[in-house]
Amino acid sequence: MTDAVALLVAVPILFALLPVTVGGVWDRAGWATAAVAALVHLGLSLSVAAKVFSSGSFTYAVGNYTPPFGIELVADGVSATLVVLTSVVTVAVVAYARTAGPHSNSFYSELLLLTAGISGVFVTGDVFNLYVFIEITGLATYALVATGDDPAAALASLKYLLVGTIGASLYLLGVGYLYIATGTLNMADLSTLLPEVGYGSPLVLTGFALLVVGLAVKAALFPLHTWQPGAYAESPDSVTAYISALVSTAAAYALFRIVYAVFTPAFDAAVPFALDALVVLASVSVVVGSVLAVLQSDLKRMLAYSSVAQFGLVIAGFAIANSTAVTGGLVHLVGHAVMKAGLFVGVGALASVAGGRTVDDLAGVADRAPLTSAAFAVLAFALVGVPPAIGFAGKWHIVLGAVEGGRWGVALVAVVSTLLTLAYFARVVERMYFRDAPAPAEEVAGDAASPDGGDDTLAADGGETSESAADETVDAEAEAAAGSVSPAARAIVVGAAVAAVVLGLFAVELIDVFEPVLEVYF
Amino acid sequence: MIDLLATHYNYLVYVALVGIGLYGVTASSNLVTKIIGLNVFQVGIFLFFVTSGYIQGGSPPVVHGHGAETFVSPLPHVLILTAIVVGVSLTAVALALVVRIYNAYGTLDEEAIREVQLND
Repeated sequence: MTDAVALLVAVPILFALLPVTVGGVWDRAGWATAAVAALVHLGLSLSVAAKVFSSGSFTYAVGNYTPPFGIELVADGVSATLVVLTSVVTVAVVAYARTAGPHSNSFYSELLLLTAGISGVFVTGDVFNLYVFIEITGLATYALVATGDDPAAALASLKYLLVGTIGASLYLLGVGYLYIATGTLNMADLSTLLPEVGYGSPLVLTGFALLVVGLAVKAALFPLHTWQPGAYAESPDSVTAYISALVSTAAAYALFRIVYAVFTPAFDAAVPFALDALVVLASVSVVVGSVLAVLQSDLKRMLAYSSVAQFGLVIAGFAIANSTAVTGGLVHLVGHAVMKAGLFVGVGALASVAGGRTVDDLAGVADRAPLTSAAFAVLAFALVGVPPAIGFAGKWHIVLGAVEGGRWGVALVAVVSTLLTLAYFARVVERMYFRDAPAPAEEVAGDAASPDGGDDTLAADGGETSESAADETVDAEAEAAAGSVSPAARAIVVGAAVAAVVLGLFAVELIDVFEPVLEVYF
Repeated sequence: MIDLLATHYNYLVYVALVGIGLYGVTASSNLVTKIIGLNVFQVGIFLFFVTSGYIQGGSPPVVHGHGAETFVSPLPHVLILTAIVVGVSLTAVALALVVRIYNAYGTLDEEAIREVQLND
């Protein structure tokens, strides 16, 4: 049964070979293989999770080489939860891609490679192996971003490749410093050997700095986030949903492992400066990301900058280094993945109805796609942090942890970012519900009879000023784009909204799952 | 200074390569030059690993060795073999993207591409 941990990585890689080999013979091979692989992956991750929840965390020696020398895979509460999350997102994205996504076979190969890479990041217990999985994740992501038809996608992908590779290489360099200091690559082994070398040793400090900067690039912390908006905005909707949910999540998780499994809170006690610097970086990231998100008119760019802010919050939680804040960071990490994937699929779905993906294009879309719009609004408010949803549970614990740790700055930043998040989502929801669609003239008269009489003037103003330019194109597309939201997309957005609320209601159970892992560190 | 050059020249070369590589990535506006810079940067890191695993007069830890007294851990070198493979794959992906960008824009100069995008 424990082999399931290794199979989580091996199965998607093996299945990834099929679409490219059989693809010439059978056109739909890609989707079929990806669907089967995603379901098998879900079964494997559920079996790993079941074992972790019933009998505690366990480790697996790859190839039967005993851990300090061989590669170790670790399954505990945190990695099991994230692996299940990976499987669920993979199943959802494969279902969504059937109608929406790029239909080429190579797309599904890349998707499965990415699944393998991310699963690997979540389960590995070896710092060099982590580098390899980060690079597999990276390679697959670069290729996926470039699947968009627009050549701008290729340019965004190359930019991401250059920045991402430098990040990963800095991480590798950090691994080198730690290896020279200790002579081991195993995380558990490193955590016992590092204190013997001395946390103040220049080798260890340099190693820490390089590892953190490398992973911060991958997690898109300000000022290392520049690759992200382009990569998210230019890639196809299904790809954006997938990478926004998992790729930066994997990097943030890796950072969590490095800080707690390798360096442990004892390092923080010995060298408080290191994590203080990370807190500052993360806080700046929260503020700058939120402000830039408010300034965007393109929805996908807005959500991308919102990710910069949310990951800042998660990493601030990790860097505060007390149990409450780290729990909050992990909860927000899981919650953000669910909410962002749902939001990006929602943007794709609503854009197919509204005929464009800027904020103004969504005017009045709630009338034409009521269910999807409602789910989108629920997700938006969940990310803002409205109570029953998971976004609240995560932010609440981060703020609580910040106050516990005496870091009032972070608590303030979290509150400010919540307000800014509200600012950019309220704008979207207001357009969706309280503005009339820029439709042909006779329809406007009918729509204006909506209950909110006071909005008539607002709608008229908007129609004359900001929407005048968009009108020409939208009018032309109004007929063509009147097509409804695809059932799969609607199901995913609604599912994500329900998941965000349900996860929020059961946040206490989620925290119970993370607790045994954190108890080891604190 | 001379002493440092004589004994630690390999570390100096590593620092130089990483610096030159980063400079190439950031300073040049040509996309292929950026990729070359990336490669130089990675080679610097490879050199760092390889040189850290080198011991003068050491021999490989094989069972029927040469009766040497000092042995060298092969692990850093093996790690770098993996990293080289990763680097080659990255270069391949990057060059494939460059081909696509060149077909679409007809240039590889970043500034020129930005102008083309603005004109669209």
